[in-house]
Amino acid sequence: MTLYAKIILSKFVVRYFMSIKIILFGKLADIAGNSVSVKNVSDTDSLINTLHKEYPGLSGTKYLIAVDKQVIKENTVLNNNSTVALLPPFSGG
Amino acid sequence: MKDQNLYERYHRQIILPEFGEEGQQKLLKAKILVIGAGGLGCPALQYLSAAGIGTIGIVDDDVVALNNLHRQVLYSVNDIGLSKAKRAAHILQQLNPEIKIISYNERLATQNALTLIDDFDIIIDGTDNFSTRYMINDACVLLNKPLVYGAISQFEGQVSVFNRQPLMGSNEAVNYRDLFPDPPKDGEVLNCAEAGVLGVLPGIIGTMMANETIKLITGIGEPLINQLLTYNALNNQVYILNLSARKETRSLIPKNKKEFLQIDYEWLCASPVQQAEVDSDIFNGMVVKGNIDVIDVRELHEMPAVNEFNHIRIPLAQLADNTSLIKSNTVIAFCQSGKRSLQAAKILSGIFGDSKKIYSLRGGIVEWKKQKQTV
Repeated sequence: MTLYAKIILSKFVVRYFMSIKIILFGKLADIAGNSVSVKNVSDTDSLINTLHKEYPGLSGTKYLIAVDKQVIKENTVLNNNSTVALLPPFSGG
Repeated sequence: MKDQNLYERYHRQIILPEFGEEGQQKLLKAKILVIGAGGLGCPALQYLSAAGIGTIGIVDDDVVALNNLHRQVLYSVNDIGLSKAKRAAHILQQLNPEIKIISYNERLATQNALTLIDDFDIIIDGTDNFSTRYMINDACVLLNKPLVYGAISQFEGQVSVFNRQPLMGSNEAVNYRDLFPDPPKDGEVLNCAEAGVLGVLPGIIGTMMANETIKLITGIGEPLINQLLTYNALNNQVYILNLSARKETRSLIPKNKKEFLQIDYEWLCASPVQQAEVDSDIFNGMVVKGNIDVIDVRELHEMPAVNEFNHIRIPLAQLADNTSLIKSNTVIAFCQSGKRSLQAAKILSGIFGDSKKIYSLRGGIVEWKKQKQTV
């Protein structure tokens, strides 16, 4: 196997077995459950796409995304065992 | 004599080494504005008054209602129908006659917000709607006032300190628009009246807000500056997120008083597209023509029963999860009065976009049955 093929294969293996834990808050948890796990995603954009396909109720709702407790502003690469939190705004007082 | 009294009243916190007489003097000199004397405002006000905040302003234009009492523990049945701001001020003044409490029995609006907020050191947001929350956020950024934020839904709460420069590092102060740049539209996020709330939850979150305020004033501990704490009352899970400022946020906040006055915060939160409604006549025509899905979004136990036309039943709360049941390209939702079906139509439009035509039956099944009898 060439080195190039090895790199491609290892990337594939890492991606395939990578498991991302997602914590959902508020009404997002009503839609998808408190905690779900998604495999085979490499960044937050692909994670959100996958989630929206699985739980159509999530599209059209507003929420912020945090990776390992840091709120992110743009597409972010995920590492193995990253925890992603999706948090909707609350208005109640 | 008065000093001796003061010492006695606050003795148990003055003897804390981190706090001391110095901490107490800071509280007595502080001016705090609490906006909203409801679920969050009540406990925050009680602890801030008891702790000896020198001046407390209370803004609320609402009156006490029976369904407030399970969480707004400052009030009693005798207060029903009376101004929250005035009653809260009266009750708190009895708790601590040595501090100054000012009640503002008025609704916070762009016209009075800047004048009110400018008179105080720290602002506490205990309001119950997005338009006021965004208004308070923008006003605090404009006037450079720290904002202690709290919000609740059902069993969960959020707490943060906005618009306060962190002591360490070079991070900028974060405000609410760094989290959620634009307000959600009307009906997108349910409030306590619609979604419900466990009575003790605002007690916990409002008390945390009082705690953050006291830490900010006295300089003890680590206030939630550039952090957002979430608390779940069902499993006691606490999750703290780290926040950072966005460059784009600046452009969303009015640059000066004049610009602030021109923003219609109510409108910002209103729905941009009106959902299409059909009346009973048009509805009947569409049913006859066929090739549509009619959805009853009422709860399964709700009467009257409908057997005059084919329909499927998906209660509003389950609608988003059951869109696979919807096959036709034209969909009409109905409920009892036509209100929930409008929400349903919004949800479906959000999911299906332009791929399906979504309508709501105006006046609901009650009006439809009435029309049928008169024909």
